[in-house]
Amino acid sequence: MSVLVARRTRLLVQGITGHQGTFHARAMREYGTRVVAGTSPGKGGTEVEGVPVYDTVRDAVKGKRPNTSILFVPAPYAKDAVIEAIEAGLRLVVVITERIPFHDALELVPFARTKGATIVGPNCPGVISPGEAKVGIMPSHIFTPGDVGVVSRSGTLTYEIVNAMTQEGFGQSTCIGIGGDPVIGTNTVEALALFQKDRATKRIVVVGEIGGTAEEEAAEYIADHVTKPVVAYVAGRTAPPGKRMGHAGAIIQEGRGTAESKAKAFEAAGVPVAEYPVDVAKLLADT
Amino acid sequence: MKFLEYKAKAIFARHGIPVPRGVVASRPEEIKDPPRPAMVKAQVLIGGRGKAGGIKPADTIEDIRATAAQILGMDIRGFRVRQVYVEERLEIERELYLSLTIDRSAREVLLIASAAGGMEIEAVPKDQIYMEHIPTLVGIQPYVLRSLVRFLGLSGNVGEQVADIARRAYRLFREEDAELVEINPLAVTRGGKVVAGDAKLVVDDNAEYRHLEYARLDQDRTPLEQEAHEKGITFIQLDGDIGVIANGAGLTMATLDVLNLKGGKGGTFLDLGGTDDPGMVAQAFEILLKARPSVVLLNIFGGITKADTVALGVKQALEGLHAGVPVVARIKGVNEDRAREILAGVGMHTADTMEEAAELAVRVKAGGA
Repeated sequence: MSVLVARRTRLLVQGITGHQGTFHARAMREYGTRVVAGTSPGKGGTEVEGVPVYDTVRDAVKGKRPNTSILFVPAPYAKDAVIEAIEAGLRLVVVITERIPFHDALELVPFARTKGATIVGPNCPGVISPGEAKVGIMPSHIFTPGDVGVVSRSGTLTYEIVNAMTQEGFGQSTCIGIGGDPVIGTNTVEALALFQKDRATKRIVVVGEIGGTAEEEAAEYIADHVTKPVVAYVAGRTAPPGKRMGHAGAIIQEGRGTAESKAKAFEAAGVPVAEYPVDVAKLLADT
Repeated sequence: MKFLEYKAKAIFARHGIPVPRGVVASRPEEIKDPPRPAMVKAQVLIGGRGKAGGIKPADTIEDIRATAAQILGMDIRGFRVRQVYVEERLEIERELYLSLTIDRSAREVLLIASAAGGMEIEAVPKDQIYMEHIPTLVGIQPYVLRSLVRFLGLSGNVGEQVADIARRAYRLFREEDAELVEINPLAVTRGGKVVAGDAKLVVDDNAEYRHLEYARLDQDRTPLEQEAHEKGITFIQLDGDIGVIANGAGLTMATLDVLNLKGGKGGTFLDLGGTDDPGMVAQAFEILLKARPSVVLLNIFGGITKADTVALGVKQALEGLHAGVPVVARIKGVNEDRAREILAGVGMHTADTMEEAAELAVRVKAGGA
């Protein structure tokens, strides 16, 4: 078992004919994900890496019955593509695309909710359930099956932490890269809820960063609803206020959203916070 | 993208939000026929102008020019005043507060208002603040405007004007891809007119392609940050002296944190992103070196790209630059041993982990390695 993506995942790649789409369609299939179709308007009827390409998501659904989509569509067209996928009946849409205006996400997230669909991202590395399926762009070789659920706002920092976990023998049930934007489809609390329910997940790692109050809310949620042990890391202790640290959502505003506040909230909820990224694996050993 | 007050007010006016009349000037003699009596206001991308002496009244044209001469060139919390806005002085009876922002947790727009305007909203007691989430799919509804007006204790014509401004401010927020619209004070004049006394506007950088007219606005970036921005490089200058370059925003932040724990201080945040293209790496290093770091700390988690490919890119980039600055490099990923050989071959210090790399950078800086 795992959350969001699994063996049953039948994946549609939106934007499969682009450089990124083609590259990662192949990488995901090599990992064992069932990549059943791709879309690219105007290129219907062709194939990419042996995967049939359709003009529209509806055509792809008719032909290959995908249940999940991953987006490599450029930012200006991403909103259209997400709505197209949800309207065609897909229930999970993973948005890799970065630099999507957050006003588009402000429409997409509630729209998905009214249709009973889930969005992960935007601006995220995707979701992987090691040994089952990868719907994302992360390097496959650092992951290994296990019982730790990982939720993170960052990409490469997660790879760093997961790599150390794998080396120390802590495999993962599912890793959800929720994305670095201020408005995202699946937030930390929602990811925690999924892991709390998942029987294959025994422990949880939260990788947070400065900006917003997602970690403070996560800490509160953990105290009230999560019975599984949780370990955290928060990036940006040395970030100056008022500066956007690479991620659109990573900014300390009016003294809010600091790493100290987040670390304090976690500790108050009984969640140990790692000083160094690699210490996450050490803290897991104590749970 | 942040807007100077006078630019924000021009956009407010375009959306039908009343603003005082005004003229902008970068030299006193440019001020020809200003509104009188006036307020002379420093135009800088930072708050606290009034306290810093950047906002002053003046009555006659001579007085206005003299005041402008005083304010122009001032340093307000690190920002040089290059322009002043000479604005009609309002006879204010009441000061209200109105803003729109996003609630990241609710993933909705948040309307905030208070009858206690003119001060920072953080200083206003919670029970005097009106807050309402606006669901994006349906927009601002009349009942929200009615309850806003009632909360503020307004009625009649003034109430109608405030409701109209709130409706227009919401439309502006959505249409301009704003992350902040703040009117503080929202002034009620003695004549019963409601006017935006100040205007704060921040627009989402990612929406620049929809608002190309804003692309060339001055931002609160250092000249080097501006140069990087124009090249599409994510770069921030910090006050330490070790140049940090990594891939991914989270990892770059974490590298700075780890460096700090090891006793060093980062002088730059440079996120290489997903690139391993030697040309891009070279451009990034070029910017980094202009910040004159004592040591460069490079931390790359190879990910999909093989570590030796990244190392070759770094080698190629540095050979072209004749840097002369010591570089501590850590590249993790497939073929990382080969990557280390390549980097050591061009005289770089190499490390296995980011903790080691940070420690080494601190030692190299002190001349101990």
